Amino acid sequence: MATEARTGAPLPARGTAERAQLISLLTDKAKLVRRETVRLTRIAGAGHYTGTFSAAELFAALYYAQLRYRPGEPGWPDRDRFVLSKGHAAIGLYPVLADVGFFDPALLDNYTRLHSRFGDHPDMRKIPGIDFSSGSLGHGLSTTLGMTLAARVQGRSYRSYVILGDGELCEGQVWEAAMAAGHYRAGSLVAIVDRNQLSIDGPTESIMGVEPLDEKFRAFRWRVQRIDGHDFDAILDAFAGLGTDPHGPPQMIIADTVKGRGVQRMELDTNWHVGNLVGADYDDVLAEIEAGLQPVTAGRDGQAGGGDD
Amino acid sequence: MTDDTRAATGTTGTGTAAGQQISDTFTGSEGASAALKPKDQKGTTVKGIQAAAIPAFVAGQELADLGETDPRIVVLTADLAGAGRTADFRDRHPDRFFNMGVAEQNMISVAAGMAASGLRPYLSTFAAYVALLGCEQIRTDLAYPGLPVRILAHHSGMSLGYYGTSHHSLEDLSAMRAIADLTVVCAADANQLRAILRASLDLAGPLYIRLGRGRDPEVYPEVPAGFAFGRAIRLTEGRDLTLITTGSQVRPCLDAAALLAEDGLAVRVVDMHTISPINADEAIAAATETAAVMTVEEHNVTGGLGSAVAEVLLEAGAAVPFRRHGVPDEHVVLGPPAALYAHYELDAAGIAGRARRFLAP
Repeated sequence: MATEARTGAPLPARGTAERAQLISLLTDKAKLVRRETVRLTRIAGAGHYTGTFSAAELFAALYYAQLRYRPGEPGWPDRDRFVLSKGHAAIGLYPVLADVGFFDPALLDNYTRLHSRFGDHPDMRKIPGIDFSSGSLGHGLSTTLGMTLAARVQGRSYRSYVILGDGELCEGQVWEAAMAAGHYRAGSLVAIVDRNQLSIDGPTESIMGVEPLDEKFRAFRWRVQRIDGHDFDAILDAFAGLGTDPHGPPQMIIADTVKGRGVQRMELDTNWHVGNLVGADYDDVLAEIEAGLQPVTAGRDGQAGGGDD
Repeated sequence: MTDDTRAATGTTGTGTAAGQQISDTFTGSEGASAALKPKDQKGTTVKGIQAAAIPAFVAGQELADLGETDPRIVVLTADLAGAGRTADFRDRHPDRFFNMGVAEQNMISVAAGMAASGLRPYLSTFAAYVALLGCEQIRTDLAYPGLPVRILAHHSGMSLGYYGTSHHSLEDLSAMRAIADLTVVCAADANQLRAILRASLDLAGPLYIRLGRGRDPEVYPEVPAGFAFGRAIRLTEGRDLTLITTGSQVRPCLDAAALLAEDGLAVRVVDMHTISPINADEAIAAATETAAVMTVEEHNVTGGLGSAVAEVLLEAGAAVPFRRHGVPDEHVVLGPPAALYAHYELDAAGIAGRARRFLAP
């Protein structure tokens, strides 16, 4: 992998051969995320499948198309920052960090075992490429805002990205941070909500309604885009459409996704928030992942749609 | 926080003479605030007390000075730039000052993100709202990642008097010292606070600095040389009793020692400024070299300095008569600060009385 994955060069335009080539790469990398999530879960004995699968396309697009970083120099001061505020999806992020060259993929083979660097939630002191530890929901937008304001103090031009869960938005601190980001016009802060429709106990709108999300963030003085979070063309267009004024409004991308996307038995089914595949099911699921995304069917706990492609 | 709260906590009330406790006349009126402000900012006097002898009042000044040579320093507050005196930093380094509004948890995590990007954030607000409301953020976002954020927790203990339990912080030492990789220190006066802030520049991990109301009388006539976290300071020598104390109680303990001297008792006073890591050797020395040990703190007797010293002494096998003195395990009664200190025997006379009863056969 190159020392610098991206240099902030413009993303190829929709409809071009370069765009098709990039999306083909990203599609493979999203499969890597899902495949490795299944493998690592078996090592641990249980894992957060579905909230990771919903973010697979986002991880791939960020690390193979958008973020500016140097795998050989994780502390590069001008790198773009990325915080996974929904830390329970780290199982899908670790394989990406390994694949782009932050560390040896073989290190993942003892995932969650005694003295492993890799737990269910990421630790910045132990894992190159993790810009902030996470796991306690509601903190990540604040820490990412801190990175954004630090860039302003230091005269640096990096962007700071964060992925939030939709259930996580119930945490009050998210709204403290959203208010502060709007107040400080933190234009180089890019937040992405993985709007996968379910929290642990059921659909977000029955447990604790979070909508209308776009109106809420606009009211907090954010610029908001709402996209299909499994459609690479839409994700890349959203990235290309980000504002470049570091003193402009903070930028929200609400990514409508499907919890469990890519493995039909898990889609929109709360039973798979944490789980473990065994026996033939394990092989069946890997085969399904390799086959790529199929149309979403109505899950046990939600309606098809939103992220359906 | 209402305007009234800020005015009352920041700049009103009558000052105290050295050796006395906080005054009874804790008025909290807007008028008094306005009248005092110009004087405060000039760093001269607050109702006759040298501003330099008032801990919280020097924080912004000292940080602004340090900020001249250290561009990494940034300061955050939660709508208390006046009460915590960080306004002095804001005025000199406006681009490195962030008022985060009344949102303490966000402030702590924002500071964490700044520290992870190479800055040295100092955040300042009421102890109750940073240590108790923000306890989880301190653990998860500062201590767990080991980030160099410094917390100025002012108006600790019951120094907010009749504001009541919502504004008191009598549990913070207990909570903070249970967090791994967090240094916990109490400033006894302005000069010690300056020493702490200077020493903090070289501290790798996070730091919790417990401050009083900003009217604490002088203990150290000048900035103590050789200040080091975890190294207690022996202020007086004596064999009959050791008072191990910290922060706001150092001055009254010194005055209590003077009262006890009139009874012929020679009292050692130890300023155990750092609660975590505790200076075990100094506690054990007190137990082996003096006849009795009493801890004195403006904190619930459960879990703070007294508990920390008790743990050390018991594990060391010390067989010394021992008492914890602090606020009993109750939500304190209502009253102005000085009345509360008298009620709970945490003024000089009260401490001396407790000591006499403890030592009486």
